[in-house]
Amino acid sequence: MSRGRIPHWADVTLVPLASVFLAFVISGILIWAIGESPWAAMKLMVEGAFGSSYGWGYTLFYATNFIFTGLAVAVAFQARLFNIGGEGQALLGGLGVALVCLYIPWPHWSLALIAASLGAAVFGAGWALIPGYLQAKRGSHIVITTIMFNFIAASLLGYFLVNVLRPQGAQDPSSPRFPSETALPKLHEILGVFGIPFSTVPPVNISLLIAVGMCFAVWFMLWRTRLGFQIRAFGESEPAAEYAGISPVRITVYVMLISGALAGLMAVNSVMGEQQRLVLNAVEGAGFIGIAVALMGRNHPFGVFLAAILFGFLYQGGAELALWTGIPRELIVVIQALVILFTGALDNMVRIPIARIFAMRGAR
Amino acid sequence: MDFMVLVQVLESTMRLATPLLFACLAGLISERAGVFDIGLEGKMLVAAFMAASIAFVSGNVWIGVAAAVGVSVAMSLMHGLASITFRGNQLISGVAINFLAAGITVVIAQNWFRQGGRTPSLSGDARMARIDLPFAEALRDVPVIGPIYHGILSGHALLVYVALLCVPLTWFMLFRTRFGLRLRAVGENPAAVDTAGVSVVGLRYGAVAICGVLCGLAGAYLSTGLSAGFVKDMTAGRGFIALAAMIFAKWRPWHAMGAVFLFGLLEAVANRFQNIDILGVNLPVQAMQALPYILTVVILAGFVGKAIPPRAGGAAYVKEH
Repeated sequence: MSRGRIPHWADVTLVPLASVFLAFVISGILIWAIGESPWAAMKLMVEGAFGSSYGWGYTLFYATNFIFTGLAVAVAFQARLFNIGGEGQALLGGLGVALVCLYIPWPHWSLALIAASLGAAVFGAGWALIPGYLQAKRGSHIVITTIMFNFIAASLLGYFLVNVLRPQGAQDPSSPRFPSETALPKLHEILGVFGIPFSTVPPVNISLLIAVGMCFAVWFMLWRTRLGFQIRAFGESEPAAEYAGISPVRITVYVMLISGALAGLMAVNSVMGEQQRLVLNAVEGAGFIGIAVALMGRNHPFGVFLAAILFGFLYQGGAELALWTGIPRELIVVIQALVILFTGALDNMVRIPIARIFAMRGAR
Repeated sequence: MDFMVLVQVLESTMRLATPLLFACLAGLISERAGVFDIGLEGKMLVAAFMAASIAFVSGNVWIGVAAAVGVSVAMSLMHGLASITFRGNQLISGVAINFLAAGITVVIAQNWFRQGGRTPSLSGDARMARIDLPFAEALRDVPVIGPIYHGILSGHALLVYVALLCVPLTWFMLFRTRFGLRLRAVGENPAAVDTAGVSVVGLRYGAVAICGVLCGLAGAYLSTGLSAGFVKDMTAGRGFIALAAMIFAKWRPWHAMGAVFLFGLLEAVANRFQNIDILGVNLPVQAMQALPYILTVVILAGFVGKAIPPRAGGAAYVKEH
C-alpha cells in the first residue's frame, strides 16, 4: 500500500495525530449539536484531568489499566493476531487476584502483590490460551473465539460471584473485601517518601510502576529477544517465517499467552488497587479500550504508553464533564469509537492525503 | 415442566428469536459477499434507539421502523466505506461501529429526552400491534393444535412473521437468483467476478446495504415490539449471539433459523428458570447464558463438523492493474 511513501517518523506521529484530531473535531461537532460549547467542554476536561494532583491521580489510574490492555492488544497485533478478548482475560485476571487475596493469608502487601500479579497473569493467559490454541491448531478465527470467550468469561465470573465468592446473606454479587494487608500503597504514599505532596483521594497505586515496567519489558521482548524477532517476523509474513523455521503454532500460542497475561495484570490495578473486592463489572470496558490504545500507539510500547495517558485523560475529563455539564459520560465512548475508526479502519483515508503531501514535497 | 409452561416458553422463544433471526441473516448476507461484520450489535442498537424515539415523537411505530432502517443502512455504508472503499480492516471497523453506537445512543437519548439515556416508554400506536392469525380464536380450544397455533404462533408483532419470511427469501435470493450467485462468488473469489465484468465493489455495497436493512428491522423490533422503549445497551450482546448463530449455521439460511430458535429457546429458558435440573445435574442460569457461545467455539474448533467461512471474507479486493 502507500506506506512506503511516508517517512517513518511521519507514519508514527502524523498519521495517529491526524486521526485523533479528526476524532476530536467530530466529537466537537457532536457536543455543539447537543447544545453545549465544545471549547468549554475541552477546557473543563483538560482542567479536570490535569489541573490538580487529584485529576492527575485519576488520569494515571485509568491510564494504568489502559497500558496493560493496550500492551496486550499491541503484542498480539505484532503477530498480526487480533485479540479482542482483553475484556474477558482481564475479568479472569480479576478472579485470579481475588482468589489469591482471599484464600491465602498474606503478611505484607509486597508478597501479596507478587502472588496476585502471578495469579492475574496466569488466569488471563489461561483464558487466552484456548482461543490461541484453537487458532493455531484448528484454524478457528481468533477474533470470533475471543469475542465468544468474553461472554463466557462474564457468565463464569457471574457464577463464581453469585455461588462461590459471595458472603452468606449478602445481596449484590461481589466477593467479600480483601484483608487490609493486601491493600497496595497509593502513589501519594510513594511520592510522600520523597517529600512530594500528592492528593490522597485517587486510587492510583504502585501498579502504575508495574505498568511502566511492562512497557519496557514488552519493548525488550519484542526488539531484543529471539522470541520477539520471531513474533515480528511471523506478523510480517507467515509463510516467510515458516520457511525460516519458525513454528506458527508455537508463536501463536506464545503470543496469546503473553497477551492474555498482560490483560489479566490489569486486574491488579483495578481489583486489588482500587475496589479491594471483586465485582461483576470490574473491567468496565478497559479491555476494549486496549484496542484503541494499541491502534493509536502503533503497537509500540512507547506509543501505547502515550495513548494510554490520552485515554486516561479522556476518562477522567469525561467524568468531570458528566459531573458539571449535561454531557453524559458516554461521550468518551464516542471519541474512543472515532479513534478506533480513524486509526484502525479508515487508516488509508488519513494516510493517503498525508502521502500525497509528501509526494508533492518530494517532487519539488 | 407442565404443558402450559412449555407453551409459554416456546411463545417467548418466538419473540426472542426474531431480532436474532434478522441480525443473523444480515450477517450471513454480508459475509457471504466477503465482508465480515462484527458491527451487527451496534447497528441493532442504533436502530433500536431510532425506532423508539421516532415512534415516540411521531406516535406511529412504522415511521420509527423506517427511521431505524435508515440509520442502520447509513452505518452499514460507513462500514462499507471503511472496508470496501478504503480497504481498511473490516473487524476493526465493526468494533468501532459497536462503540459508536453504544456511546452516541446514550448521548443523544439524554439530550432529547433527559431520562438517563432511555426513551420514554411507548404505548398505543407507537408500539407494534400484535397480530392474531386467522382462526386463532376458533382453534383455541382444540387439543394440541390449539395451544401451538393460538398459544405459540399467533399473536406476535408483524415483524416476527416478516423475519420468518426472510428465511426463504434469503435462501431464494442467494441460491436461485443471478444476484445471489454473484454475491456468493464475490465472497469466494472476487477476482473471478471482476474478470466476468461484474463490479465487486457494487456487489459488496449491495450486500452491506441489505445487511443494514435487516439490522434496522432487528433493532426496531427490539425496542418497539419486544420491549416498549429504548434503554441503554438494550441489545445486550444479541448482535454477537446472531454472529454465533451464523457460524453455528455455517452461513446457510435455513440452518440459521434453526440456530436462532435454539439460542432463543436457551434465552427463554434462562429468563424463566434460575436453575434447571437436567438428569440430576443442576445447571446454573449462567451456564445457559454461556451455552450459545460455548457451542459456537466448539463448532469453530471443528470438533463437530467444520465451519468454513466464505474464502474471501475479511479481505478487501484490490484490482489488478
